Amino acid sequence: MSLSIASFLVSLACSDRFRKFSKTNQLPHWEKLFRNALLFSVGLFAVEAIVSDGEYFKWIWHLYLIVLIVIPLQQVELRPLRMFILAFAPYVLVSSLNDLVQVVNADFFKDNESYFKNAIGITFIWFAALLYSQNRQTKAAERERLRRLREDEINRSIAIRKVELEALVTERTAELTRQKEELETALTELQTTQSQLIQSEKMASLGELTAGIAHEIQNPLNFVNNFSEVSNELLDEMQTEMDQGNTEEVKAIVVDLKRNLEKINHHGKRADSIVKGMLLHSRASSGVKEPTDLNVLADEYLRLAYHGLRAKDKSFNAKFESDFDASIGKINVIPQDIGRVILNLLTNAFYVVDEKRKQLGDSYQPTVSISTKKVGSEVEIRVIDNGNGIPAKIIDKIFQPFFSTKPTGAGTGLGLSLCYEIVTKGHGGELKVETKEGEGSVFIIHLPV
Amino acid sequence: MAKVLVVDDERDIQDLFLQHFRREIRQGDLEFVFSFSGEEAMSFIENPEHEAVLILSDINMPGMSGLELLKHIKEKYATPPPVVMMITAYGDENNYRMAMKLGADDFLTKPLDFRSLKEKLKTKIL
Repeated sequence: MSLSIASFLVSLACSDRFRKFSKTNQLPHWEKLFRNALLFSVGLFAVEAIVSDGEYFKWIWHLYLIVLIVIPLQQVELRPLRMFILAFAPYVLVSSLNDLVQVVNADFFKDNESYFKNAIGITFIWFAALLYSQNRQTKAAERERLRRLREDEINRSIAIRKVELEALVTERTAELTRQKEELETALTELQTTQSQLIQSEKMASLGELTAGIAHEIQNPLNFVNNFSEVSNELLDEMQTEMDQGNTEEVKAIVVDLKRNLEKINHHGKRADSIVKGMLLHSRASSGVKEPTDLNVLADEYLRLAYHGLRAKDKSFNAKFESDFDASIGKINVIPQDIGRVILNLLTNAFYVVDEKRKQLGDSYQPTVSISTKKVGSEVEIRVIDNGNGIPAKIIDKIFQPFFSTKPTGAGTGLGLSLCYEIVTKGHGGELKVETKEGEGSVFIIHLPV
Repeated sequence: MAKVLVVDDERDIQDLFLQHFRREIRQGDLEFVFSFSGEEAMSFIENPEHEAVLILSDINMPGMSGLELLKHIKEKYATPPPVVMMITAYGDENNYRMAMKLGADDFLTKPLDFRSLKEKLKTKIL
């Protein structure tokens, strides 16, 4: 008696493979069925082993195996199992055929038994080879699946990281926006402070001017009063002369009267222009360029600066000179800005000559002069003093904001830096300084016409 | 005839004097000469034949001030120095005291009151 070991092993392999496939593909119904098939195989083999005469068992095995192969072929969801069936089927068919031929035609079988044995052997080898190759494919597929899983895992972690990064970016952006807003606020505050500083610098220079302005207005007013009074007296005299018939005298008085009226008019206009200039100076710059007579502007500020300092400090005295080039005509500038530059340079010049006078006493003649000149397509304004000059070590700093040589509280340190800004940025001109220590300085403005 | 030197950096002062004292000048009682700075006045009176008996000087002038001029005049002429009258802006106490200390004979404020000036000139030099 021979047990159906081969059939048992094939059924085991077959049902186990089918079960695993069902499990992997989530087919619980089939999985359960094939597990039962597996148990059935074991059970069948056990019964075959116990029963003494089990010749007919091989037929049960054949039938069982055929059923096991045929079932998956009819099910769409089990279609992928055809690969396995291809491995098992030859063995099942050949071994069934082998037994069938043995029963039907024993002589033929005996003659060809070796062929049958070989065929079975070949199907076994076929079975083993295919199983091996499928196993390899399955493993490769499994590796591929794991690789995908890892990739998915990586992608998932990348996605998580991305979300985290996005949150971080949002947070940073918010922070940056906040910082930007803070900076903008700070900038606005600084700009406000700057314009306040400029305004206070302007007011400080206006303060310096007040006394000069008072003097400069008082003076023409005095003349207006004096000339109108004397004209009144002249009219009385003219009446007397007319009564006496002194025609020549009358004519002379008329000439005087006419001249007096002209002078009254002249001094009235002078006071008027001083007031206008003061308003111009105190008001915020219009930023509008207009044709301006630089000579008139310079002359006005020269007097204002001189009388301003003079009024503040009775001991102050200096010679001032002017040399105006009448050919420069009217130039397009922002008058209040250029006026401030000229005033600032003049005030500085008077300040330095006065400092030197305090050191040297009477032997020194403090002198400040201003000149205008047409140089090519430019107008040059020079403010010259014979003070102590500017030391080489600070010459580079004089146009910097908040740099001042005056005692604390006496200057804002903004004067020259504002001048520089007005001349260069505001008018596309140049502001330079030439100085010789101990001999004086010259500030030179070049303005394009 | 008395010669008066007027020192002021404002040139229009000349016309005012000439017109206010028109009659006195015509009658030959007064003669006016003008200087427009302290320096100019100094060189004028340095000439021994200047003959000015009265000097009217503004204090507030660029360059040599009226006070310096006054000091020079009072130092230079021991006896008898010309009468020096100082003119300055209204309410200038400091200059007033300084001028008095330096020996100014009188003090006038701007705007000039020519009527009172005329009275003063009459009592002082005519």
